[in-house]
Amino acid sequence: MPVIRVQDRVAEMQAGDELEAVCSDPGVLNDIPAWCRINGHEVIATRSDDDLYYVRLRVGDN
Amino acid sequence: MSIQRKAVALVSGGLDSMLAVRVIQEQGIHVEGINFFTGFCVEGHTHAIRKKDRDKPKRNNALWAAEQLGIKLHIVDIIEEYKAVVINPKHGYGANLNPCLDCKVFMVRKAREWMEAHGFDFIITGEVVGQRPMSQRKDTMPVVQIESGVDDRLLRPLSARNLPETLPEREGWVEREKLHDFSGRSRKPQLALAKSFGFQDWATPAGGCCFLTDAHYSSRLADLWQSRGSRDYEMDDIMLLKVGRHIRPAKHFKLILAREEGEGKFLQGYRRQYPTLKVTSHGGPFALIDGEISEEELREAAAIVARYSQGKSADEVTLEFADTDGQARDLHVKPMSPEEMPTEWIL
Repeated sequence: MPVIRVQDRVAEMQAGDELEAVCSDPGVLNDIPAWCRINGHEVIATRSDDDLYYVRLRVGDN
Repeated sequence: MSIQRKAVALVSGGLDSMLAVRVIQEQGIHVEGINFFTGFCVEGHTHAIRKKDRDKPKRNNALWAAEQLGIKLHIVDIIEEYKAVVINPKHGYGANLNPCLDCKVFMVRKAREWMEAHGFDFIITGEVVGQRPMSQRKDTMPVVQIESGVDDRLLRPLSARNLPETLPEREGWVEREKLHDFSGRSRKPQLALAKSFGFQDWATPAGGCCFLTDAHYSSRLADLWQSRGSRDYEMDDIMLLKVGRHIRPAKHFKLILAREEGEGKFLQGYRRQYPTLKVTSHGGPFALIDGEISEEELREAAAIVARYSQGKSADEVTLEFADTDGQARDLHVKPMSPEEMPTEWIL
């Protein structure tokens, strides 16, 4: 589940670090931003092409 | 100065866990949510695959619920550990392959471990006495407390006044009088409480949130175990059982046929793990071949796949067979007729 992988990776990062998740699941365009809002991280950009979905985020202070 | 007490809530994304959180929040307790991903969750997966559902708004209900409640949500992948629960549940299965009581014990135990590791004080769930036939009965709810090791640090706010007093109540962290006494299968008390809280939306998963409660899914999983002679499984097995048409012509192999474009794209992601068949002369499904088969069985498999194509009434259909290295060749077959295909092959 992509949001779990993002969660676990972010746990190893510092505030201000950036992460881009590349996923085949279109649900990430909702899930990862929702997870970010809940946990105090910032979505910088989202995009998609035919088969992949990209979410770039900045790790917050929490 | 009083200590800020903290509770971790099992959050499925359904209404009851949302209500349980809000009831405790209103008593000044800091609440964070925990959600466990077993791999068998109904959440979002099939909506993300099927073309007809592509434009439907997709949301993870646990995340959505946490956002509505203003709480953090910790999602824990328990796929590997959960295998023991599915394969050999101490308390057995429900109507299908749903090990609900063992599942609840397991999840509450994991929540207890999280609670202890993070300095939280107690656990809450949205359970209601008498609501579920296995895990939410008056005689089985104590089993959850004992076998998970949480004992009286497990509070069920919606049903607490029907249950023995817990530690949070005895310690005065929460007031018992402000907890509820819901019981039984009626949803009316929950709906009334939701209205009082101003909740206007929540998840209502038809048939439940777990594929293991689904008869069709469970029969496919039982078939998988029987064909392998083992109850083990991998994540890919769980995912593939949710998708497509599964047809088993013989004990040692089965076909997984896409039923529409989205499923076809999803199954194509497995083309390096399974040999594949694709109808090329007519519109038709993409299929995976799970198992080692002879050339004769391959032609039989091709005839089955052709039967589900737009060439099902044609004298001949062409399919492309590809092995896991991508080596491809054409097959020309007569589609199998419905009369030739025993219904018991269809899982």
